[in-house]
Amino acid sequence: MSSLTLAQSRRKNKKSGKKSWYLFGLAVPFIICMLLFSYFPVYGWIYAFFDYKPGIPLSMTPFVGLDNFKEFFDSSPDLINALINTLAMNFLNLLFSPLAIVFAIMVNEVGSGKYKKFVQTFSTLPNFISWVLVYSLAFAFFSSEGLINTLFGKLGFSWAVDPLAHEGITWFFQTMLTIWKTLGWNAIIYIAAIAGIDSELYDAARVDGANRLRTIWHITIPGVMPTFLVLTLLNISNMLASSFDQYFVFYNPLVAGKIEVLDYYVYRMGIIVGDYPYATAVGIFKTVVSVILLFSVNQLSKRLRGDSLI
Amino acid sequence: MSLTRIRIFDILNYLLLALFVVICVYPFYYVLIYSISSPAKVAQGIFLLPAGLDFTTYKSILQLPYIVNSFFISAARTIVGTMLTILCCSLFSYLISKPEMALRKLVYRLLVVTLYINAGLIPWYITMKMLHLNNNFLLYVLPSAVSGYYVILMKTYIEQIPKALEESAMIDGAGYLTLFWKVIFPLCKPIVATVAIFAAVGQWNNWMDNYFLVQNQNLKTMQLILYEYLNSANALATMDAASITRNAQNVVLTPESIKMATTMLVALPILLVYPFLQRYFVKGIMLGAVKG
Repeated sequence: MSSLTLAQSRRKNKKSGKKSWYLFGLAVPFIICMLLFSYFPVYGWIYAFFDYKPGIPLSMTPFVGLDNFKEFFDSSPDLINALINTLAMNFLNLLFSPLAIVFAIMVNEVGSGKYKKFVQTFSTLPNFISWVLVYSLAFAFFSSEGLINTLFGKLGFSWAVDPLAHEGITWFFQTMLTIWKTLGWNAIIYIAAIAGIDSELYDAARVDGANRLRTIWHITIPGVMPTFLVLTLLNISNMLASSFDQYFVFYNPLVAGKIEVLDYYVYRMGIIVGDYPYATAVGIFKTVVSVILLFSVNQLSKRLRGDSLI
Repeated sequence: MSLTRIRIFDILNYLLLALFVVICVYPFYYVLIYSISSPAKVAQGIFLLPAGLDFTTYKSILQLPYIVNSFFISAARTIVGTMLTILCCSLFSYLISKPEMALRKLVYRLLVVTLYINAGLIPWYITMKMLHLNNNFLLYVLPSAVSGYYVILMKTYIEQIPKALEESAMIDGAGYLTLFWKVIFPLCKPIVATVAIFAAVGQWNNWMDNYFLVQNQNLKTMQLILYEYLNSANALATMDAASITRNAQNVVLTPESIKMATTMLVALPILLVYPFLQRYFVKGIMLGAVKG
């Protein structure tokens, strides 16, 4: 009997527009969880406006307004350096992002389904290991007693490579590692996009006498361009973010000057040096710039494609 | 002419792809053969085959109490964290998918905004300390319980399920929770599997929270132990090698072989489950793909 009333009341609710507080009540634990772990930390931004020292309660610390923000406009070559490193490595990643399209096209051109699956399975594997493991593998290969240098020694070369401790090639080396880790995974989305291209286009092109390279050039590449554009715009909006783990694990004093990204700088100033307010201010700056970038590229996307990203 | 060009294209394509696969897989293989080689012989360099099959490194590091303990902590956080994420995200997304839920729009908007705001490291660090989650196992599993991305993914999926199914069950006398558990959740298997895999991989790989907020030796994860090994400039590994060598006669361990074996232990769960779950990964990224 109660069943009928429940169904009836539900229908009545819909009609009268009455909202179910019971459902809201069930969701409360999850809403609390969301507020606690996503919104409450934002409240911590107020630390940036105080001269806070760990150990002294916030209520007893003087309010300093925007002083912590001013600090990074007039000084700190370290901050500028971190900004340059962040932008440089993001730019390099962006520069190599079309590789995923090339890889997707290559996989797509494989005739055998088994081989295709084989390639896809193993090329996506590195994406699922942590950066600590990547670091360990890199160590096994590139350190002075690593595989590469042992091999060089056996072949009679007197020189050794050590990208883990060589500042000059840090940007490039990190970019290579990122490509190794993410290429196969990033290609999946393009493989999906290629699968979505109308096969009649290919048939028509073949009838017109186009060879494989021409169909790739005139059909496949234009077909994946919208996806590429969206991903590139999203990457641009993430220009100040970085995979913190990556640069964290590969950080060492020898390469510090080229590998310290904004995130690492925040970590160093905040947790190591203990200057919470300043580190928080840098963090806020980073978030605000990212949000502005996101909305800008969203507008750009609306204008270019008539469709928004978010 | 054209035929030969196509052949050349194919051959080149197959070879290049094979080369990339080798680059992706060989590092794991190298670490494996290194770790099962005899530590004494391996120094001359190995490339394709292990030198003198020898499992003493594994036997020895598995005797180190904190390695075994950290393995269990990692496993526990992966299992508990994944189950909690699945439970919270699926029920929350079901509730949000109900048009009659009070304040639904507001809650949904708040959830979407979480995808774009990031308070940053320091506020996160202070918050976790304030909530007394430092040196607490709950730190590993609670903050990730509700993830905006997973909730939106599941909500989109649930909305595709025909309403009639639910309505007929409702007439049979089921309440919302029964409906969720008996009707919706079983129908969500593909998306639940996807989210479960992503969450599990994320949990197994995560160690930053551990590094920043947990100093308790008994709560250290496998990943952090490995990081400490790699970063202690051999001190820890040398110490272990020395102590193991002292305890068991005729066993010679090198810091390198300890590192390689530990690396293998950390990678093992991923390497073992990966081939079986790979198709779910692919499905998952398709479901979560941006429009374009």
